[in-house]
Amino acid sequence: MVSFYGTPVASRLMLGTAQYPSPKVLSEAFRRSGAGIATVSVRREAAAGEGADFWALVRKLGVRLLPNTAGCHSAREAVTTARMARELFSTDWIKLEVIGHADTLQPDPWGLVEAAAILCAEGFKVFPYTTEDLVLAERLLDAGCEVLMPWGAPIGTGLGLANRYGLRALRAQFPDVPLVVDAGLGRPSQAAEAMEMGYDAVLLNTAVAKADDPAAMAEGFARAVEAGRLGFEAGAMEPRDMAAPSTPLIGKAFLA
Amino acid sequence: MKIMVNGTPREVTATTLAEALAALGRDGETVATALNEEFVPVGARAATPIAPGDRIEIVAPRQGG
Repeated sequence: MVSFYGTPVASRLMLGTAQYPSPKVLSEAFRRSGAGIATVSVRREAAAGEGADFWALVRKLGVRLLPNTAGCHSAREAVTTARMARELFSTDWIKLEVIGHADTLQPDPWGLVEAAAILCAEGFKVFPYTTEDLVLAERLLDAGCEVLMPWGAPIGTGLGLANRYGLRALRAQFPDVPLVVDAGLGRPSQAAEAMEMGYDAVLLNTAVAKADDPAAMAEGFARAVEAGRLGFEAGAMEPRDMAAPSTPLIGKAFLA
Repeated sequence: MKIMVNGTPREVTATTLAEALAALGRDGETVATALNEEFVPVGARAATPIAPGDRIEIVAPRQGG
């Protein structure tokens, strides 16, 4: 079973709570996903009572909550948001996002490390949304992070694993660190691929919430994650260029 | 006095952050607060003075990815 900061989690699928067509669809998607962790945020309320309604909904999901610092563009902003999230959701888990580029939502490496160091020192269990950069990964671990969440592709794109080489290298470099592909996944096959590469879990939101049938897609991802993980654990055969008959030649009738 | 609440100017009669929340009808809700971009824990609101022009953020649990 995968563990984050010493907490075992039954499912290797982590699911976001945004962009669903209705609260009912959100709940159904979570039920069919089997996800054990849900990402949430802190925001101003557009109308009175919105926060209370959502809070009641997510508590009924029966999953562990992972608040984020989405939309923060500086370490200071992310740290303040994390502190507010810790109080609101009564958890020291935080998905740390410090965005550095408006179009790609690429993390700001310097801001990310700065915020991670502050939050780890304050006892937060930091889940940094990062890139596949090996040096940045090392700095985040030095700052006290015990999980890394590299992007598959930019948030909301559904492009899948944009840098397979980088993700493979990250996995190989940090074999004992829980690694989660976070963001950019659009299809179950892409989640399966990440799991086959040896990633410990995947985190996604848009791919499920924006599917024609979010609940069915949630189950599709759940099965893909399990399939990919089994494929990794089973040890895949090495590919080769030339054909190799699977049926034995010995004993074949001479009919020419 | 005039303060900024979630980016909107508001007129409140209050000397502390806790009083300001009560004046805004937001006390007793599941919200977190920041004063001038610094987090103020729920237990510290009553002892946190506010002044004209202060910027208060009030946030609630919301959907996220």
